[in-house]
Amino acid sequence: MQNKDIKRLTLILLFAPFALWILLLIILPHIGMVVLSLKEKVAPRVYEYSFANYLDFLHEPIYWNTLLRTGSMSLLVTALALLIGFPIAYYIAKIAGPRARGGLFLLCLIPLWVSDLIRSFGWILLLRETGVISNFLLWTGLIGQPVEFLYNDAAVIVGLVYTVILFMIVPLVSTLDGMDNSMIEAGYNLGGNGFTVLRRIIIPYAMPGIVAGCIVTFMLSAGSYLTPILLGGKNSSWFTEQIYNQFITRFNWEGGAAFGMLLLLFTSIVIWLGLKLSGQTLANTVAKS
Amino acid sequence: MNGCPTPILPAGAFMKQDNPTYDLECLDIAKNFGSVRAVKGVSFDIPSGSFFSILGPSGCGKTTLMRMIAGFEEPSGGDIKIKGKSVLGVPPNRRNVKMVFQHLALFPMMNVYENIAYGLRCAGFGKDHIRRKVHDVLERIALPDVAEREIHQLSGGQKQRIAIARCMVLDPDVLLLDEPLGALDLKLREAMKIELKLLQHQFNTTFIYITHDQSEALVMSDNVAIMNQGEFEQIGTPQELYHRPNTAFVAGFVGDSNRWSGTVKASDGTGGKVETEQGLPMSFSAGAGQTIRDGAKVDIFVRPEFIRTVRTAEAAAIAADGDNRMDGVIDSLLFNGANSRVLVRTGSGELIESDVTLTGDNDLKPGEDVSLVWSSKQAMCFARQESA
Amino acid sequence: MHLKTTLTGLLAATMLAGAGSAQAETLRLLTWGSYAPDELVQKFEEEYPDIEVEVTFSNNEEMIAKLRATGGAGFDLAQPSHDRIYAAQLEYDIYKPMDLSKIDTGVMEGKLLDGVKANTTIDGEVYAVPHQWGTSGLMADKTKAPDLKSWADLCDPAYKGKTSMRLKRTILLGTAYSMGEDPFAAYSDLEKYQGILDKVADKLIECKGNIKAYWQGGDDLSAMMLSGEIVGSETWDSTAYKLFDQNPNIVFVPPKEGALAWIDTFALPAKGKADDAAYKWINFVLRPENVTLMSASTGAIAAVKGGKDLLPEDKKAAVNAAFTDADIDNLKFFANIPPGVEDMEGKTLEKIKAATGG
Repeated sequence: MQNKDIKRLTLILLFAPFALWILLLIILPHIGMVVLSLKEKVAPRVYEYSFANYLDFLHEPIYWNTLLRTGSMSLLVTALALLIGFPIAYYIAKIAGPRARGGLFLLCLIPLWVSDLIRSFGWILLLRETGVISNFLLWTGLIGQPVEFLYNDAAVIVGLVYTVILFMIVPLVSTLDGMDNSMIEAGYNLGGNGFTVLRRIIIPYAMPGIVAGCIVTFMLSAGSYLTPILLGGKNSSWFTEQIYNQFITRFNWEGGAAFGMLLLLFTSIVIWLGLKLSGQTLANTVAKS
Repeated sequence: MNGCPTPILPAGAFMKQDNPTYDLECLDIAKNFGSVRAVKGVSFDIPSGSFFSILGPSGCGKTTLMRMIAGFEEPSGGDIKIKGKSVLGVPPNRRNVKMVFQHLALFPMMNVYENIAYGLRCAGFGKDHIRRKVHDVLERIALPDVAEREIHQLSGGQKQRIAIARCMVLDPDVLLLDEPLGALDLKLREAMKIELKLLQHQFNTTFIYITHDQSEALVMSDNVAIMNQGEFEQIGTPQELYHRPNTAFVAGFVGDSNRWSGTVKASDGTGGKVETEQGLPMSFSAGAGQTIRDGAKVDIFVRPEFIRTVRTAEAAAIAADGDNRMDGVIDSLLFNGANSRVLVRTGSGELIESDVTLTGDNDLKPGEDVSLVWSSKQAMCFARQESA
Repeated sequence: MHLKTTLTGLLAATMLAGAGSAQAETLRLLTWGSYAPDELVQKFEEEYPDIEVEVTFSNNEEMIAKLRATGGAGFDLAQPSHDRIYAAQLEYDIYKPMDLSKIDTGVMEGKLLDGVKANTTIDGEVYAVPHQWGTSGLMADKTKAPDLKSWADLCDPAYKGKTSMRLKRTILLGTAYSMGEDPFAAYSDLEKYQGILDKVADKLIECKGNIKAYWQGGDDLSAMMLSGEIVGSETWDSTAYKLFDQNPNIVFVPPKEGALAWIDTFALPAKGKADDAAYKWINFVLRPENVTLMSASTGAIAAVKGGKDLLPEDKKAAVNAAFTDADIDNLKFFANIPPGVEDMEGKTLEKIKAATGG
């Protein structure tokens, strides 16, 4: 009996930090946000419950256009990260030797050792009109005068892909690593060419990793703030910037909270659609890797 | 080791008589990985429709050899011909050589039907043709109802058969099997041995079976090649390999043996007397193709089933059966039904294995004094090779 | 997600504040970057060994957001601009009245002190006193854009792709002045102000094609200006003074409509716990010898009598190169932002950012 109680106590103690973390840092703040988002300021220091903040969003095309823009550009970032990350992951998991593998993984990790800000400044140094790339092209004579590569959507996408690609590569490497090489050989042996093997064997097998990577990269890029702000051009609005503006510049916490919930809802819907279309579940993708 | 099975099928029984060519010929095939010579100039050919095994310890180069046949490795030298045509430079997906992988490599994201249809799809067959072929092959492997099952719902034996069906549906010239029974439990493995043989018989296709398990090779094969350190030691029917091994390696590797090292005291080339390192005198006959000279260092192999164990008191009556006799005490009894065995400790302290028939009545017991008797004809002798 | 970090931060701040057993000896200063140079903090701590200074750098908006999150707890002295106190106090009740008898108001420039008092008096209580002042205006490379004199010149096609601005309220106000409006006067009539904002938005959207990029902070503005990628921009005067040090061709240009002047103040957060230490700090940094140290770090002019003369020599040169006495007379001090204006301006800025203007 006593032994059982001790066991139960141990279990509770072990579980407590996790429960506290979930409760205090995830559930409570989100409840707070929902409550906040349902308040409407009617006079200084006077608030009423209403859906006004959500209606504001619907009535203002700037807001939902920005949200759609953020969503579609994040999807593009996700697709590019997948296109670029898949060959890298495949190389790391299947082709590189065990020692090279560690080194390559480390190389992919290095960008994460510095902050978002520093990484963005790196890109600024490369892409600006008087930056490395422009000067190099001038030197080679390919262009006649300096070219501005910064301050446009392409720069934002490049910067985001660079930031999120690791989160695509890691789950891909771990699923591809678990794939028996003989599976690929069997694909060839039974008459498949390289494309067939990729399409019918490797990609379906790696699907959980692909979906997991896509979910994470999509969330990260839709929720990123610094990169789009610093690399983006005059027209490159990002939805997180709207949230920041609501909270900080306009002191409109209620509106900011509503926007935050809308971003959460929007990304959740996109991910749900993605899972439906790919026939995967959260349990065998993100939870697995 | 599983005792000493007897081959149950005669060699060459299933040769396609109307096709005198070979399904597979390997000419002096070699493979080097850097400075390591994995396969050192192996030549063999396999008649159509036969079951051919390559048997060797792990690391002997058999897997490399098979991967060269399948096209996953390019040989460093020599030629591989399938149905008389060289396949050097032909990519694996263009060779009509199919392979059953060690862990089967069934595609877990496809169901049984899709697994089997995969190869047909790659070959560009129409939908109806594919459906017919898949159901046809499922019938032939006696699993007509599993088409819609997922791979993880199959039993080990069923997976095995699906893996073979997946290849056979493509009518390959040669089917390669890479120790596919390794992952199965013992009982299933025994059953699958017979089943594989029957399947091969049914499809009448050339099977090349790679294994390190001699019992698998001996039971199923028409011909077996014994491979060691990148070379073939001997190719022959299971009986030939078992009873007339060409080399000490084959004698030691195929079947169980008691092994002694010694020096020849008197020899007429094909037989004579030897004294083992422990000082025991022994008569022998030379192994196949061997000429044994006086004073040569030799290895002598005697299989346990050729040694008779009798109580010393009764030994006189059967002394005529063999010209070798040794006395000892039963150290232990290894009961395994029909394959039971005794370990006898001789005067010089070594242990000798001998098969015994245990009837349950008045059997031998540990501690009893016994005599071991065997014929010099069963004592195969090979000149010692320094490398071995 | 950004949302989550914000929340976590707010929550953590709340918890810290709740636990806040801040010792009386700690002065928690919420101020602008460079407004608390190490040299000065050390000097202060030597003079008052029982006070330890803890500095958090921020800006106007975040100062208010931080204090709003905690109801005015967590800090003992804040330094918002003079125009950002009145509405914030009305709305969120985050400051407490100041005891002017504890401050050497005598050393302050009377005009600035009166201005701040006028701006921050609620129910007869004064909520802030001035610390430093500076301006927002234009900066130009004299050799490449000698004629950049007005806010509107940023949209001059002659400088196409070679100008920049920060997409914040300063440029809205400056542009309004350049269009002949008086935005501060319109604060009392929000409908009229909205009309002005709409006109300004149209103008700035039209101007988008002329702008290279909107700058976000002093660093990227400086880099664009020094590299020659732009020849003129809307700017803080202190940023322009710093660049003047590195390239004397880059000067601060008070727009002909008048540079917009701001006064950073001292204000006491509602739940601050070290008021005495806060007053000590205020009096300390107003001393002439400390004013020079402070101005060297901030580039702004102290709100004390003869503040301009107390600037370090290099800054004095930069200021003299930029301002004539007429320019100083022409300064437009930011007026108190009434409730609701921030929201209107925010929406206008969003509209400009979202518009596709090239």
